[in-house]
Amino acid sequence: MTDLSIWDNISFAFPEIFLAIAAMVLLLTGVFLNGKYVREIGYGAVAVLVIALFLVNFGTASQDAVLFNGAFVTDGFGQFSKSVIYIAAIFAIILSDRFMDRERLARFEYPVLILLSVLGMSLMVASTDLISVYMGIELQSLSLYILATFNRDSRRSTEAGLKYFVLGALSSGLMLYGMSLIYGFTGATTFEAIAIAADDANRIGLVFGMVFLISGLAFKVSAAPFHMWTPDVYEGSPTPVTAFFAAAPKFAGMAIFARVLVEAFPAATGALSDWQQVIVLVSILSMVVGAFSAIAQKNIKRLMAYSSIGHMGYALMGLAAGTSQGVSSVLIYMTIYVIMTIGTFACILMMRRPEGMAENISDLSGLAQTRPGMAIMFSALMFSLAGIPIFLGFFAKLYVFMAAVNAGLFVLVVIGALTSVIATYYYLRVVKIIWMDEPAPEFERDEGAGVKGVAILSTVLIVAGIAVIMPFLNVAADAAAATLF
Amino acid sequence: MIGLGHYLTVAAILFAIGACGIFINRKNVIIILMSIELMLLAVNINLVAFSQFLGDLVGQVFAFMVLTVAAAEAAIGLAILVTFFRNRGDIAVDDANLMKN
Repeated sequence: MTDLSIWDNISFAFPEIFLAIAAMVLLLTGVFLNGKYVREIGYGAVAVLVIALFLVNFGTASQDAVLFNGAFVTDGFGQFSKSVIYIAAIFAIILSDRFMDRERLARFEYPVLILLSVLGMSLMVASTDLISVYMGIELQSLSLYILATFNRDSRRSTEAGLKYFVLGALSSGLMLYGMSLIYGFTGATTFEAIAIAADDANRIGLVFGMVFLISGLAFKVSAAPFHMWTPDVYEGSPTPVTAFFAAAPKFAGMAIFARVLVEAFPAATGALSDWQQVIVLVSILSMVVGAFSAIAQKNIKRLMAYSSIGHMGYALMGLAAGTSQGVSSVLIYMTIYVIMTIGTFACILMMRRPEGMAENISDLSGLAQTRPGMAIMFSALMFSLAGIPIFLGFFAKLYVFMAAVNAGLFVLVVIGALTSVIATYYYLRVVKIIWMDEPAPEFERDEGAGVKGVAILSTVLIVAGIAVIMPFLNVAADAAAATLF
Repeated sequence: MIGLGHYLTVAAILFAIGACGIFINRKNVIIILMSIELMLLAVNINLVAFSQFLGDLVGQVFAFMVLTVAAAEAAIGLAILVTFFRNRGDIAVDDANLMKN
């Protein structure tokens, strides 16, 4: 561990410090402008995220270093994760543009809260200490609770926020209890020291703490059996907020999941077998819950909630491998999942009739006749979510399956393949409704250039992804995963 | 002599009471907020007891962080509770079922 001066520390942590200051400046600006220029503050937040993206990849922060006595690191893994999180947040702000105006929710707090939660995610994926992990997760969660309640005059939105808050606080409690036990039985909070002390520590106490920690983190990524909040929160929150929930926090949660398990409980100390079976169990449950519960859903946002639970199961399959290849497959999976999910929510945001947002799957019937372009995009995204070859979603699944096979987790792979077939049913049902059913009344056509652009961009990426991003993504994810081992 | 085990037992019992309070309680959301506080304070007992036992200050620093976050969490929880109450006129947990569970 190198000794850096305080100024060196700050220069390496500059992207995060910049985000924090920019969020506060935008907040003050919003307050002084007294509710005017809301859209401009949103653009300001996008600009801040673009600058932060640039700083993370090209500034001092792109070099490897251990900061603040081992509380944070800057490494390839953090760099990759932060880049995806910032991009997902940029799209979440772009998606909100027209929607917030029309629902009379246009308030400057939205981009500010997104920035603050992104700051929390940014800190947590770079944490190498239990205390900083906890602080990062809480900064993220506290902002997300408010975002879920953003439509404060809606009963559904406040109910979603309340449920998210109660269950989120419970999960923080579980995670914290686990952390306290890990600290107690190893005498350390940094991952490095935990990994060293784990050899001769009281094994049972440590495993107990680890299971609590895994439960708390599983809550944050909505993996079964800790998924109860997901459908209600997805349904109740305003749709752009749901799009954000489904993308950035999931990626951040999965990234810190991988970092905690791989760095604090590495295979070298024999801790791998302790957490591998827990992750395998959580992965199987998530895949099964995601596949079966989604079948009966009528609301498209609830369908996406169960779909995301299932996808977390597949991502955890890669993590269960516990190898560098496994972590790389998790990063690839989550990146592709973020692209698909943002695209799907952009399509869902186009589902508007004069009387308000349409959220039922039956509202999509006959979309191919009323709006062929949207129907093609929606179908391509559904095929990709199902993991049908040629679409990007297939490669995501391919990599996690390969990693699991190489780690000898054959049962997990077989269950994954079976649930994937079942899940295909409900994705294809949406496609069938779009192309075969009698047309429902047409949707309005003024979703705005932002939403349309995001939908087209992600459709192009998932269709042409094998040539456009797969070669690059593969190398980047391998390099990022290698820094953890 | 009161040793580490006693503290850990008290903390475990408090934590279990807090967790049960969230699940069993059907009447009042405020009680849920109290249960959450109870869980976080149980963790603090754990941290301080371990810190004393190990002769290592980090645990107490952690406990202060937890206290700070718990305060912020309570503030946000109450704010959400107020908007919830304004929209429906009561805070019973049983009625929070607008969406199919």
